[in-house]
Amino acid sequence: MEALLAIIIGALCAGGVYLILQLRSFPVILGMSLLSYAVNIFLFVGGRLAVNMPPIIGAQTTGYSDPLPQALVLTAIVISFGMTAVLLLMALGSYLHTGDDFSDTPPKEPRP
Amino acid sequence: MIAHSVIAPIIVPAVVAGLVILFARANLAVQRLASLAAIALLIGLSLYNIGLASGGPVPYFLGNWPAPFGIALVLDNLSAMMVLLVAVLAAVVLVYTTATGWDGRGRHFHALFMFQLMGLNGAFLTGDAFNLFVFFEVLLIASYGLMVHGGGAARLRAGVQYVAFNLLGSTLFLFALAVIYSVTGTLNMADLAQKMPLLPEGDAALVRASAVMLLMVFAIKGALVPLQFWLPHTYALSAGPVAALFAVMTKVGAYSVIRFGTLVFTPSLSLTGGLWGDILWIAALASIAVGALGVLAAQRLGMMIGFSIIGSMGALFLAVAQFSPASIAAALYYVLHSTLAAALLFLLADLIAARRGHDDFAQPAPAFAQSGLLGSMFMMAAIAMVGLPPLSGFVGKFMILQALSEHAATAWSAVLLGSLVTMVGFGRAGSALFWRDTGLAPQPAKHPPAQPQAFAAVFMLALGLVALTVLAGPITQWLAQTAQGLLAPAPYIDALTLPKAVP
Repeated sequence: MEALLAIIIGALCAGGVYLILQLRSFPVILGMSLLSYAVNIFLFVGGRLAVNMPPIIGAQTTGYSDPLPQALVLTAIVISFGMTAVLLLMALGSYLHTGDDFSDTPPKEPRP
Repeated sequence: MIAHSVIAPIIVPAVVAGLVILFARANLAVQRLASLAAIALLIGLSLYNIGLASGGPVPYFLGNWPAPFGIALVLDNLSAMMVLLVAVLAAVVLVYTTATGWDGRGRHFHALFMFQLMGLNGAFLTGDAFNLFVFFEVLLIASYGLMVHGGGAARLRAGVQYVAFNLLGSTLFLFALAVIYSVTGTLNMADLAQKMPLLPEGDAALVRASAVMLLMVFAIKGALVPLQFWLPHTYALSAGPVAALFAVMTKVGAYSVIRFGTLVFTPSLSLTGGLWGDILWIAALASIAVGALGVLAAQRLGMMIGFSIIGSMGALFLAVAQFSPASIAAALYYVLHSTLAAALLFLLADLIAARRGHDDFAQPAPAFAQSGLLGSMFMMAAIAMVGLPPLSGFVGKFMILQALSEHAATAWSAVLLGSLVTMVGFGRAGSALFWRDTGLAPQPAKHPPAQPQAFAAVFMLALGLVALTVLAGPITQWLAQTAQGLLAPAPYIDALTLPKAVP
């Protein structure tokens, strides 16, 4: 289980970093999404892996799964979803205004 | 009694932003009035909070959950000072933006402006590391909107870079927080300060990794070399008043480094030791060099000011890296000074660009009205930024150099050489802007009107710099006290320790 999750997080991170280093903004956005999936899983695992355990400690329970990282992940998912939407919109606006979707700045561009 | 004034600097802008969007979408006059009222209230609140914080850190438990289980805000001298700085800067920016009509050149300026203030105030007031992440996102998402305010192809393209860079920083922040949580089981800053020293030696690798990742996040915000790439284009291409407001954004990074470096990853923590100080020292020296060379190489006014900010952040972090009472006090003074000086430069650059038609000082432009006044103001701002006497930049750099007892030779030569090169760059820009005889006939028809209100905003900032210089004695005394409090964080930790829930 640990190995599986570690491999998933590592693969998502590697793919995300590779895509972020691309020249055009669409792969960059995809890379950002992959990285945010990776960090969400990472955050979730930060509370230790516990299968079939209740999130609340009671009299009969022998162990528990930490509920706090689940709350943190929920927040992180919402924020990264919103941020990806903003980035997508800005990239779309930039594409429509400039006619290309290169993510770097041309050497001589006039001030608006 | 619960001091609700602690959370008010977050609530007020949030409520006003919502009201503005709901009820004044199309009415610019009402929007301006709402922003003005909110900022006046914020200034009053911050002044009150400064008095409140003088008696020691004041906690605020949201939902009255006892710490460390709920989210807590903490008002201490440092956060009270930063909130006041934000309010003062916001007032100046509001006066300027209404005078020049920048707020009408796109939609929702005032709502975004208020959300930006909410995020900044929240980041300064929170006592919880995950909450700090959330407020970073609030201030960033508002800044994305503000950055592209006014539109245009170049601005949008720079906006995409800015958003992508900061999104990467946010991801890194989450990785760091996840590692910290998995090791300590808490994200409350005071609780972290207590639990970090108790960790076994075996956790050193994880703690050090998370400390470095966190430092990288704050270095992105603080534009430390080599993570400064987003800054020059973002600031140069933003609208003038927006860039002036962004002058305080880099200070969020500096604030976070000071907060975490004095509370959690302290130099006395055996697992990390001098890790932060060592990295900051080298990065700060590199920032001074890159900033100075960038100022010299820049062709446009906005880019030049952006690079001068990178250089000033270098000087600031040089002082922070020492984590001694004197150096933290010097850094805090420099935070106040460089925010005002950078904002002043950006407002002047906007006025100059409006009159010349562009801000490329290598390109000749016809002589423009009020160039004498603008020229002398520009010279004053440049003197402040470079750190020449008699203005507060000199006082700040002098304090920093005095506080740097270790490696004094390296620090002195770096700061002084950096200042010299920056001065040459500003001198070149100023002479090209105001003195060059272009032979072109002046074109009075295109000139904007005299804009006394816009100049009033500029004068307010200049007056702030003068006040910072004249009142340097009492201010540095207060800052020395603040720095002492930061480096002896027992009261801060006690304020947030069980059982302190208010009945």
